[in-house]
Amino acid sequence: MMTTMTMSDLPLWAEILISLMLVTGGLFVLIGAIGMVRFPDFYMRLHAPTKATTLGVGGVLLASMGYSWQTGHFGAGELLIGPFLFLTAPVSANLLAKAALHLRVPTRAEVPPDIPLD
Amino acid sequence: MNRTSRLARAGWGAHPVLSLLVATVWLLMQESLVVPQLITAALLGLLVPRLFHRFIGPRVRLRRAGLLLRFIVLVLWDILISNLTVARIVLTPGSNPKPAWVRVPLETQNHTAIVMLATIITATPGTVSCIVDEERREILVHALDCDDPEAMAGQIKQRYEAPLKEILG
Repeated sequence: MMTTMTMSDLPLWAEILISLMLVTGGLFVLIGAIGMVRFPDFYMRLHAPTKATTLGVGGVLLASMGYSWQTGHFGAGELLIGPFLFLTAPVSANLLAKAALHLRVPTRAEVPPDIPLD
Repeated sequence: MNRTSRLARAGWGAHPVLSLLVATVWLLMQESLVVPQLITAALLGLLVPRLFHRFIGPRVRLRRAGLLLRFIVLVLWDILISNLTVARIVLTPGSNPKPAWVRVPLETQNHTAIVMLATIITATPGTVSCIVDEERREILVHALDCDDPEAMAGQIKQRYEAPLKEILG
């Protein structure tokens, strides 16, 4: 269903709250990206995407839910995106880490010697 | 009596937690609670676990559902806090985090508990589960900034594994 409602039809407090959550979410995604550039080795950079999917996406989803509520929808779809990310992001991070360990990608920290890498 | 035991053997309703999850996800996606959707949700909840029972392993039992809710809140709170910690590391100019490999020995043998523990470890920023070794009962974790790997392993066990063990048995 198409709604012709725009942001300016919302009450001011809702606008402020939703914008605040959008900005916070965007900020954490940006911080994740900066981390990916700054960190020196593969395993440390691996931490950046798992970060972006938590608070960053969380903020954007909350904003989206707030907007849905204000425009008279339940916003249940957003409730699902969180758990789906929570399930899928760790799996890809785990596979990337496994592949990197298998290929002996250099790491700044010492890998315990008796870990089977193959 | 005979009929129910036959149904149980065939696997109908053998995964009540999964059935409930499938039905809930369906209703959330439809954003509606009208009767046809409720019927569809119930059918899917019964059908999907039945069709895939060969792939999904043993049934999940929730021993303490109340504790599960408290645990979810605890995990969300920890995610928030560690997000801020990692953000500070990223944004502090000249910060020099000390990465470390942390071995977390597992006490629980419950497959679901191990998977959930590994997922939670990765979801909290600053730690990523790299190798989940169910045979050696150990998770190898990469920590972004950690001075004392053993203390961190102990904290993960006490904060996440112990409640998971209680919830899932």
